[in-house]
Amino acid sequence: MTSATTAKPIDKLEAMFAANRAAGRKVLAPFVTAGDPDLDATVDVLTTIAEAGASLCELGVPYSDPIADGPVIQASYTRALDKGLTLEGVFSAAKQASDRTSMPILAMASYSLVFRRGIDRFVADAVAVGLAGFVVPDLPIEESDDLDAACRQAGLALVRLVTPTTPPDRAEAIAKKSTGFLYCVSVAGVTGARTQLPDGLVDRIRWLKTKTDVPILVGFGISSPDQVKAVCEVADGAIVGSALVRRVAEHAGQPREAMLTGVRRFVTDLAAACR
Amino acid sequence: MASSPASPPLSVVPDAYGRFGKFGGRYVPETLSAALDQLERSYAEAVADPTFAAELDSLLSAFVGRPTPLLFAKRLTKLAGGAQIWLKREDLSHTGAHKINNTLGQGLLAIRMGKRRIIAETGAGQHGVATATACARFGLECVVYMGAEDVRRQAPNVRNMRLMGAEVRPVESGSRTLRDAINEAMRDWMGSVETTHYIIGSVVGPHPFPRIVRDFQSVIGRETIEMSRKQFGRLPDTVVACVGGGSNAAGMFYPFVDHPGVRLVGVEAGGRSGDPGHHAASLSYGSPGILHGSLSYVLQDADGQTADVHSVSAGLDYPGVGPEHSYWHDMGRVEYTSVTDLEALDAFDMVARHEGILPALETSHALAWAAREAATRSPDEIIVVCLSGRGDKDAAEIARLRGLTADGSHPS
Repeated sequence: MTSATTAKPIDKLEAMFAANRAAGRKVLAPFVTAGDPDLDATVDVLTTIAEAGASLCELGVPYSDPIADGPVIQASYTRALDKGLTLEGVFSAAKQASDRTSMPILAMASYSLVFRRGIDRFVADAVAVGLAGFVVPDLPIEESDDLDAACRQAGLALVRLVTPTTPPDRAEAIAKKSTGFLYCVSVAGVTGARTQLPDGLVDRIRWLKTKTDVPILVGFGISSPDQVKAVCEVADGAIVGSALVRRVAEHAGQPREAMLTGVRRFVTDLAAACR
Repeated sequence: MASSPASPPLSVVPDAYGRFGKFGGRYVPETLSAALDQLERSYAEAVADPTFAAELDSLLSAFVGRPTPLLFAKRLTKLAGGAQIWLKREDLSHTGAHKINNTLGQGLLAIRMGKRRIIAETGAGQHGVATATACARFGLECVVYMGAEDVRRQAPNVRNMRLMGAEVRPVESGSRTLRDAINEAMRDWMGSVETTHYIIGSVVGPHPFPRIVRDFQSVIGRETIEMSRKQFGRLPDTVVACVGGGSNAAGMFYPFVDHPGVRLVGVEAGGRSGDPGHHAASLSYGSPGILHGSLSYVLQDADGQTADVHSVSAGLDYPGVGPEHSYWHDMGRVEYTSVTDLEALDAFDMVARHEGILPALETSHALAWAAREAATRSPDEIIVVCLSGRGDKDAAEIARLRGLTADGSHPS
């Protein structure tokens, strides 16, 4: 049994939020697709974004049928799977990255993958490779009791999502269950860069802040430093996904260093907007 | 209160969480949760409202042409040389398949929910046509997602959808078939859910879809029971239907599941062989997994990635199956088996030449099994086949596969 003094995976996440709060900074949380263009590159991208000012990373675990994802992330998943990516590979890349950086890494994984491997095994693997927790985008609160119990037992964060279509009482229930942070989805729709943040987002974040003590990060549709800045006026941080995945993809076929330089530049600019 | 501690009848599913035994449920992004709750509420209200049933019944009668007949297949029976084969003629429904039973019901639900835009996925195109038809009848906007491969092999249905004012969007991602069409429809719904209803075409997807589609399709089984009693004075010995997602089978079987004397058989797409990637027989070769929002048997790899599948029939070319079928499978109530592409094509020819009916390639799978099984049974026995749809849509593709010219003649 875990004693009160044993370090839990989620501690790393909570310490990171506390340090940023103390420094008066917001959190930049990029999303990176595991295995695109390959797993070695993914490890390099994770260490590069940490150096460039990312406080947290969501590591996207490719899935064959991602219904919450727009074309950019879908295509990255397809590329990775077409090259024979396996869960073993994803976990091993996560292990290498968490050995090389102290940045907390969360796995963004479809519940289809978690269920197939078995909750206990998936959770044990995550702990063994140093992950801080999960975001499971297709697991609503009604279906999450088993994974929730296993994550609490293992000390992993299980980050929940609220969306613009979530009614207030339901949003409150979701916020109460979320551990690590609460993922506020900015728009009703799939992932992917958008030119404008939706009306009412700021009010929604303000209202959510009155309902939970966990940090609130905003994601979906955020691609520029200006958008990060706008979101961070009220939220505790911003998640940038498709825009970074696209930058990695744009460098396909070029030397690794060129890709990492592009990633570093992009993330540095985004991170500056969190200060 | 239940008077007996024994297990409840098999028909008392799903529960409040959409569970059929352990199968079913609702595994979807949070963005869709509120719409699924709304659909569940709206459906419960509709079921309790006699005017809803009256309106649907009137449409099923005057617009669809129900009840559809139960026909004794005299020459097919003679050819098979055993049990009597009877055909439940869903192919005579307006639009040529059972799919219209569900799209009219869900179309009325959409109107009740104040949603004027409809999206749908389609494989063979029968559900797409049935959705376009309902939308034209009700004056609703209609967008149909269809895998690009299916757009090619089911061209007549694409044309018919467009003629009725629907927009058909070919899907180029993944295997460019039914599974990808469902993914794309779900993604549309993620961004349009407040104004759009997704008319899912089979007994798949998140709760409450599997239940709603089953209920709307159960008219098939209810009519079959009534007509069997009238036409041969008892229930059939065996009832058979093809299973892709499984909507015609669910609608046919559901009214029979509490009649243990009736043998129920679902026929999946056996494709080219039983090797992975060469068939679409989820219950025969798959394992429990989550696809498109529910827990059911899925063809998948060791990690849970959905496997590639194959069937000559676009409507059965799907790596999953409805959760209630998984429940019936595990409870041992329904037998699931499979028939290959070639057997289905042969059955198509046989029924075309001996009965004067061009069956859909999907349906041809059930017919192939029925003819084979009938040969081993006594003439006293009765097999009812759900003749789920007509095969006009398949004629050109069959000619192509047979190496015939477009007009069905042999190349000179």
